[in-house]
Amino acid sequence: MKFDSVIVGGGLAGLVCGIRLARAGRRCAIVSSGQSALHFSSGSFDLLNALPDGTAVTNPAEAVAETIRQAPEHPYAKIGAERFAALADEAAALLSEAGVATEGTTARNHYRVTPMGELKATWLTLKGYVRSEDTATLPWRSVALFNAAGFLDFYTKFLADGFQRMGVACEVHTFNLPAIETIRKNPSEMRSANIARVFDREEHLEALTAILRRETGACEAVLLPAVLGIDRYDAVERLSEALGRPVAVVATLPPSVPGIQTQIRLRRCFQQAGGAYMLGDTAVRYEMQGDRIAALYTNNHGDIAFEANDYVLATGSYFSQGLVAAMDGVREPLFGLDVACAADRGAWYDRDLFAAQPFETFGVRTDDALHGLLEGRPVENLRVIGAGLAGFNPVKEGCGAGVSMLTALEAARRILEK
Amino acid sequence: MTEQSENNFEQCIKCTVCTVYCPAAAANPLYPGPKQAGPDGERLRLKRPEFYDEALKYCLNCKRCEVACPSNVRIGDIIQLARIKFSRKKPGLREFVLANTDLVGSLSTPLAPVVNATVAWKPVKLIMDKVMRIDHRRTFPKYAFGTFESWMRRQRAAQAAFPQQVSYFHGCYVNYNNPPLGRDFVKVMNALGYGVQLLGKEKCCGVALISNGLIGQAKRQAKVNIASIREAVIGRNMPVLGTSSTCVFTLRDEYQHLLGIDTSEVRDRIELATRYIYRLLSSGEASLRFRRDAPKLRVAYHTPCHMEKLGWSYYSIELLKMIPSVELTVLDSQCCGIAGTYGFKKENYETSQRIGEGLFRQIEASGCDLVATDCETCKWQIEMSTSKRVEHPLSILAAALE
Repeated sequence: MKFDSVIVGGGLAGLVCGIRLARAGRRCAIVSSGQSALHFSSGSFDLLNALPDGTAVTNPAEAVAETIRQAPEHPYAKIGAERFAALADEAAALLSEAGVATEGTTARNHYRVTPMGELKATWLTLKGYVRSEDTATLPWRSVALFNAAGFLDFYTKFLADGFQRMGVACEVHTFNLPAIETIRKNPSEMRSANIARVFDREEHLEALTAILRRETGACEAVLLPAVLGIDRYDAVERLSEALGRPVAVVATLPPSVPGIQTQIRLRRCFQQAGGAYMLGDTAVRYEMQGDRIAALYTNNHGDIAFEANDYVLATGSYFSQGLVAAMDGVREPLFGLDVACAADRGAWYDRDLFAAQPFETFGVRTDDALHGLLEGRPVENLRVIGAGLAGFNPVKEGCGAGVSMLTALEAARRILEK
Repeated sequence: MTEQSENNFEQCIKCTVCTVYCPAAAANPLYPGPKQAGPDGERLRLKRPEFYDEALKYCLNCKRCEVACPSNVRIGDIIQLARIKFSRKKPGLREFVLANTDLVGSLSTPLAPVVNATVAWKPVKLIMDKVMRIDHRRTFPKYAFGTFESWMRRQRAAQAAFPQQVSYFHGCYVNYNNPPLGRDFVKVMNALGYGVQLLGKEKCCGVALISNGLIGQAKRQAKVNIASIREAVIGRNMPVLGTSSTCVFTLRDEYQHLLGIDTSEVRDRIELATRYIYRLLSSGEASLRFRRDAPKLRVAYHTPCHMEKLGWSYYSIELLKMIPSVELTVLDSQCCGIAGTYGFKKENYETSQRIGEGLFRQIEASGCDLVATDCETCKWQIEMSTSKRVEHPLSILAAALE
């Protein structure tokens, strides 16, 4: 199979890179070993919430230079402070063109509500999700919070307590529908995605509208778990119109409906641009010619190789086995690329669970052009992007989505400029 | 390691991704879903077999959970193996009739016009519904008057004249229901310069026997097939090609994973015809000439579940794209709901149609003239549930040849 570019890994980084390349007319394939970490999405995309030393960031575009100074191996250092804001805006535009509508700007973080009822800084939040411009409170003084009866992956008590600490009065309600009772017959499948499928059907959304109309008291806004449809994107807007006041949703515990919707839309966008998306297949070996990869082989395609001018590794971190931790070190399992990792295993962890964990910053080493390194030598036609890169802490710095999308666009730019 | 290890339930990290993509759990609250039925339940069953839940019978064996799993857990295999090992429900007459596609087919083809008219007749359907619990709303596949094998026997000399040879696992559907598809396959292979031979002895691949709990018979038939395939692959150095994605998937993977039959020596030489043809065309070893006068045909490709698991829809799609008269759209890959014999059973009819709803809607909205797919049971389901006709990619390819 001959392509211009083959991308291994079909999550946020792989899809953004693939969409950019396919839209530029390149023949692309994505090979993805299972579904991605987008299924744990919070409904927001982080760009930069804190410096490596822990200082909170309000303006990522301004703070990137200091980030690079503190962490010279940071993936943002490969992009450079000058190009950072432009690439971030390009990423936001790409999401929007793929039908993933978000709100937020690169010059100023806003705040999202976590399922635990806390406010956390972020860059872009999906339209319809609760967000605030204020570090300490919501845009409303009183809210009504509804949950589906028996849905345990959404803790209304945590949220209500959190809101009260912010000075927002919160009334908690539950709603029930026959269709939800049907799902509840099976307690192990009373999950966000199955509830969301109920509201894909018009009659159920209408029934919910009627309940909310009847039970919402004199509050400023109505909040719900993010389970209002997988195939539809208009539910929040429709409810808002019907109730005559703001309606917004809060992400639930996984599986993440906003993440699933984002995955579906990005994949569709990639395929519509002519890309081949191969799910459930694992790249297992490759052939090299000099410092270049000549062919890639996968489990499903056996003797029929993927041949391309450029290869992109977007296999992610530990969750998706883009990095594999063993007793003696952390490996990148496909190409065996050089991995930055503390030699002494004792130095992998901080005994304080909530401290910055060193293993989070382990990852694949690259040169400044994002070429993966094999024993110190750059592989000329292999770029590495996304969560598997070395030099950053996605949790503490709040930069996971930003690193994935910006390195994806940077790699695509360099491939297209060649 | 992930590909070979038998029961890798311990690799499950409880991420819940599989539950999002299970068509059965989404449509039927009685099914505990792939996570609970698979790796979670396995933990308990290993401890005490009494923890086995008969609701595992609602699994479609579509393997979409495995395709979605980021940790390569063989969820579908774990569920099917648990059914084989622990289910105490004995298959009845209905299971025997539905699963024995070979036997029923060979009894029906000589009397095809009579059989087709009889089973399409309402009172007969109602009796089958009441007595056998085969749903009366289902349209039954029609039998052909005369089998594909009997036609092939008459072609023996002509096929042997080609310089290169392949063997063909035609499956029950081509043999008893749709011999024209087999003839289309032969026509395309001949145009590529290849003759087609039957296997020494071919039995039903057994996919329906496995799903209906007739494991002993499935193993016996699998052994016959693998012996014939070995003879073709190792004895005569010929690949074995199939036109049904489910038959090919069963021979390659289910024999080894579910029936414990060693297929390692021949597995790589058993493949889907569209993949083999793609390889010939893309390597330049052979070429095809298409008619210039063919009218425009808008085709929508549907990816069957076992095709999704094989990961090979790319080949069928690329072949369809080569046909100048075809304007192709690819439908979202989702289950049609039939899952072989599953949808024929009275208790599954509603679930089956509910699973397929999204696909049926997408097909009607696509504006296509024709749906293309590599699976016969998907074809029955889509033809019964939409206004569109369904053809195999090779039949579309054969009709477009000069």
